[in-house]
Amino acid sequence: MIATLAAVAPWKAPTIDYHALLPEIILAVGLVVVLLVDLFLEERGKWLLSSLASFSFLGAFVPVVTLALSDSGARSMFDGRFVVDDFSLVLKGLFILVGYVVVLLSTTYVEEGDYYRGEYWVMMLTSVLGMVMMASSRDLVSIFVALEFLSIPAYMLAAWRKRDSRSNEAGAKYFLLGVFASAVMLYGMSLVYGATGSTLLVDIGASLDDSRMTSVRVLGIVFIVIGFAFKVSAVPFHTWAPDTYEGAPTPVTAFLSVASKAAGFVALVTLLYIAFPLASDVWQPMIWVLAALTMTVGNVIALKQTNIVRMLAYSSISQGGFILMPLAVAGTNDSAQSVLRAVVVYLIAYAVTNLGVFGIILAVSRKTRSGEIASFGGLFSYAPGLAALMTIFMASLAGIPPFGGWFGKFAAFQSLLSAGGGWAYTLAVIGAVNSVVAFGYYGNVLREMWMRPAPDGDESPINAPSPLVLALGITTIGTLLVGILPGLVTHFGDLASLTGAFGG
Amino acid sequence: MIAALIAEIKPNSTWYLVLAALLFAIGTLGVMVRRNALVLFMCIELMLNAVNLSFVALAKEMDDINGQAVVFFVLVVAAAEVVIGLGIVVAIMRKRVSASVDDLAELKG
Repeated sequence: MIATLAAVAPWKAPTIDYHALLPEIILAVGLVVVLLVDLFLEERGKWLLSSLASFSFLGAFVPVVTLALSDSGARSMFDGRFVVDDFSLVLKGLFILVGYVVVLLSTTYVEEGDYYRGEYWVMMLTSVLGMVMMASSRDLVSIFVALEFLSIPAYMLAAWRKRDSRSNEAGAKYFLLGVFASAVMLYGMSLVYGATGSTLLVDIGASLDDSRMTSVRVLGIVFIVIGFAFKVSAVPFHTWAPDTYEGAPTPVTAFLSVASKAAGFVALVTLLYIAFPLASDVWQPMIWVLAALTMTVGNVIALKQTNIVRMLAYSSISQGGFILMPLAVAGTNDSAQSVLRAVVVYLIAYAVTNLGVFGIILAVSRKTRSGEIASFGGLFSYAPGLAALMTIFMASLAGIPPFGGWFGKFAAFQSLLSAGGGWAYTLAVIGAVNSVVAFGYYGNVLREMWMRPAPDGDESPINAPSPLVLALGITTIGTLLVGILPGLVTHFGDLASLTGAFGG
Repeated sequence: MIAALIAEIKPNSTWYLVLAALLFAIGTLGVMVRRNALVLFMCIELMLNAVNLSFVALAKEMDDINGQAVVFFVLVVAAAEVVIGLGIVVAIMRKRVSASVDDLAELKG
């Protein structure tokens, strides 16, 4: 039988560009090494695993840099199903950096917790591997596999404190809605496949115009966008996010709210730009509504939160709305490039700022053992450094110059206004109102820190472990760099040309 | 006579697509309505299998192998998901009596 098969289809080995695959290979080797070394380590030697994990991330960052510096242009493998272009390199760099910072944030947390340590790092590495693959995926199947690759370890990370019922609940909610979203997205993919006869994004993009089985085309795109709306927690598909963020271990929450969300956006952008450019009449109004709802609802509910992680969950939902906002006008060739730049810049600025906020929360909760916003009272009097950093991060999230978040918002509004038209202007107005509303809850944290006394008058200093300090340093530099030298990041945004977008 | 009528009926790929859409709708409805975490799993599995059926029917219709290849990926991923999901349900059941998702209400606001 093997002989018959061989006679029917002579198999040709695909050419593999190992340099382009090196970030993935290093992460995969890193996770296997962590898994194996964990087996042979005594309990007191387990600290080695976090170093191994962080070295895997640093190691994977090297080929991303060398690939960016090589002049060979976009590298395409497997008939264009795996493409390493500038867009994917910028985002791979971001995912790996986020992974490294989250390892720094988690090190002490994991060492002090009474739970499995080796598995934690393996899950983290696996999830980032999925994200790095996602940035290069240019086929419905590889997007789906990368999405599950990054989500399945994330479900486990959310439920990682398995003897804590809140962590269980976080994992169960995240899992059920995540899998449901995957199923909806897959059904959309099957319909798109039916309308175009291909799973390759470029082929879909070339043929998915008005003439192709209209209702199937519309339904397919709508289902796929809804699937990703769950992933990026866009309203009304956001219900899992606050519960999962609150119940999951705090470093995992930082990881989910930054990396997992960014990965969802990467896939969404890839699909909209490469697979659905001829169907922008279908998805533009949908993204418009999602963006307007996400910004507004996220903000309004964030105003009345008393738990800081929950407030940040709603804040991160609303920030997701701001990232969706420029995509609502991405459907025209003129604005496509500026929208892509805005999304990439916003993702970078949001990632460094939000990780910084979680770093501060981890440092403060080591002392206060509380997640209430009121526990930040008097922070300025006993930890002025942390209070100053938190002020920078909050200002950045609120969009005050000269910090990173400001430039992200600026780029988003700029691309909306340059696109023009009544719909774009209306959305910009909604966005502007929301950025003002957001001052309410970010300012609330600042007021607690600067003006209120410490709860119980406890003013003993905070003892922040060194990995946490390093993480805070990286995120602060990142936040300031994006805001003060935005040229550096727009440079990335311009570089982030997406091969094959809009048939180009 | 009925046998003759049945013999006349030749199922084509449209039938399978309609069946897939129905299964998907039943699964979605189940996720919305049912409250037991295990039944929710089964409904999601039903949705994933409806997707498989849809892919296979479309691949047959277009005489294209790619759609059938997708099914293997979906099957493997679905199996992995069930393992994780059951793990989480078992962790919850160790502390609670029921697997109803309505009991998962510690986190809200």
